[in-house]
Amino acid sequence: MSDRAVEAPAERLPLRVRLALYDLDGVTLLVLPAVLFVIALFVYPFAYGFVLSFEPKKGAWFANYAKFFSDPFLYDTIEATFRLAIPATLINVLVSIPVALRVRRMRNRRVLTTILVIPITLGTVLIAEGLLNYLGPQGWFNRTLMLFGLGQIRLVHNYTGVMLSLILSGFPFTFLLTLSYLTGIDPSLEQAAATLGAKARARFWTILMPLLAQGLAINLCLSFVQTFSVFPSAVLLGAPAGATRVISIAAYQAAYEQYDSSMASAIAMIMGFCQLFVVVLILAARRFVYRGAAGGGKG
Amino acid sequence: MVIAARDFRELRLDGMSRNFGAVNALTGVTLSVRRGEFIALLGPSGCGKSTALNCLAGLLTVSSGSIWLDKTRIDRLAPEERGFGMVFQNYALFPHMSVRKNIGFGLSMQGLAKAEIARKVNEALAIVRLGDQGYKLPGQLSGGQQQRVAIARAIVIEPPLVLMDEPLSNLDAKLRLEMRAEIRRIHELIGSATIYVTHDQEEALSLADRIVVMRAGEVRQVGTPEDLYSRPAHPDVAEFMGYRNQIGSRAEKSGNLLNVIVGGVSLAGTPVDGAGEGSVVAAIRPDDLKVAAGGPISVRVESSQYHGQDFYCSGRTDDGAELYFRSEKKVTKGDSVRLAADASRVLVYSRAAS
Repeated sequence: MSDRAVEAPAERLPLRVRLALYDLDGVTLLVLPAVLFVIALFVYPFAYGFVLSFEPKKGAWFANYAKFFSDPFLYDTIEATFRLAIPATLINVLVSIPVALRVRRMRNRRVLTTILVIPITLGTVLIAEGLLNYLGPQGWFNRTLMLFGLGQIRLVHNYTGVMLSLILSGFPFTFLLTLSYLTGIDPSLEQAAATLGAKARARFWTILMPLLAQGLAINLCLSFVQTFSVFPSAVLLGAPAGATRVISIAAYQAAYEQYDSSMASAIAMIMGFCQLFVVVLILAARRFVYRGAAGGGKG
Repeated sequence: MVIAARDFRELRLDGMSRNFGAVNALTGVTLSVRRGEFIALLGPSGCGKSTALNCLAGLLTVSSGSIWLDKTRIDRLAPEERGFGMVFQNYALFPHMSVRKNIGFGLSMQGLAKAEIARKVNEALAIVRLGDQGYKLPGQLSGGQQQRVAIARAIVIEPPLVLMDEPLSNLDAKLRLEMRAEIRRIHELIGSATIYVTHDQEEALSLADRIVVMRAGEVRQVGTPEDLYSRPAHPDVAEFMGYRNQIGSRAEKSGNLLNVIVGGVSLAGTPVDGAGEGSVVAAIRPDDLKVAAGGPISVRVESSQYHGQDFYCSGRTDDGAELYFRSEKKVTKGDSVRLAADASRVLVYSRAAS
């Protein structure tokens, strides 16, 4: 008996201990539902769509892609989408910086945050409806203009309408993200810069911006992906047959008006590739900025 | 020597106050600091010492009172216009800049030429003995090295005044002693005035030319370390200077001394600031309560900690008062010992002063 007791540690460790060495324990199992979810609702549909896009109704395996890139009615949607997504993303992210800079020092930040979160919770459709009523030809905005003899401005059913809606629904999101990145920067860094003679402008460019850059990159990616897949506001507030015929509309029409799910999958793949291209570009640009912690080291 | 503090004669705080809403964080601080002086602001947390430092740096606006550097009033100037060097508690090194860039930051803000900056940065690195670490990022340095960078960055702009906010509180005990000596050496080398905030009385005593003891936003006493150590003007200051035994009692005159009752027996003490008969507080340092066979006070030992050379003990007198004392011989819990104190080492404060 005593011999066995001495030998025991030399034997293989119990499974639980060996797993624990790799940081695997019972809690790890909690990840399982999420993994299944991702496989069922992302990996499988993506793979399925990818394969489907190469099984056109007629023609060679790449016929869908050939058709897309030979028909201006289809390939122009890429440009239309970029023309909306890039300015909307830039406006949202760039405007969020000065606002967040000021709000960071406010005492009752929660009131403002709540007000800004409301557009997110309302959803795009409600915002679109609201804008239609308020900015439309008979909305009170134009009526007020007419009252002062200033004529009418066309703000809906065109590019401007969609852009306004993208800013309205996207800004709170980018703002909250920028605010959280900004509050993560140790305020004593700015104080130190001030005691060393840096004025507000210099502090912004030499301290805040470099430390904020990686957060802004993430913010740009998320905001871009969100605006690139614009659909409801492009249909409701835009000109879905003209200037705001975005790529998601083309995919929708292929799937539900022409019942060509193979073509729709191909368009979805092209759309995904465009998004991936921009995201990779932004993330690659991050190599030029500081990516460590925004605090003062070990401090 | 290239780096030397800008010349000035006197920094004067005149009734400097700061309140946060209804809370007075700092009330009427008046103090005058000469070039080359090392001043420690000493006090427990929340006493206003950091507020005072931030007011000096310009990071906080003064509610009332004024700050003068010779004949210039500076309390309305922004921090970037004051040109004081500041060392932060968490060092506040710019994490995205190399050590050299960090140190050169203030110089490049002054618009100096590259070569001039490089020369001064080399000088500063040599002063803090970090010559070969210049191209690292702050995150790659140890705590002590980061501290040196923070000091170099503050002194390289040749400030008339260097402000330090508990700079050693994040370092381990050994490094703290080492850096303490370094700070004093650098202070003497560049000849600036240094204002050093700390809650550690030992640090203040060993570093400073003068100590400003603060409590509840007010200055309680200003004096040399020797003054404060041997003759604290106030029971609060005494407590901070290690007079751990503070016994409330009634006093009776006996010649120049006052007799107080400690542990049921009468003990002669020295009155401070004209303390007289009546309700008083007697303050005695544990080191001055000696174990003596014929001592008047009898205590039962409650705890005893070994501190290398001697034992730090606490005991309870017959009337229930707790006394802290030091013993060279080993004593254990439950022992009965007799304690004596020299009359000159028992300080008696009138109750009204506390």
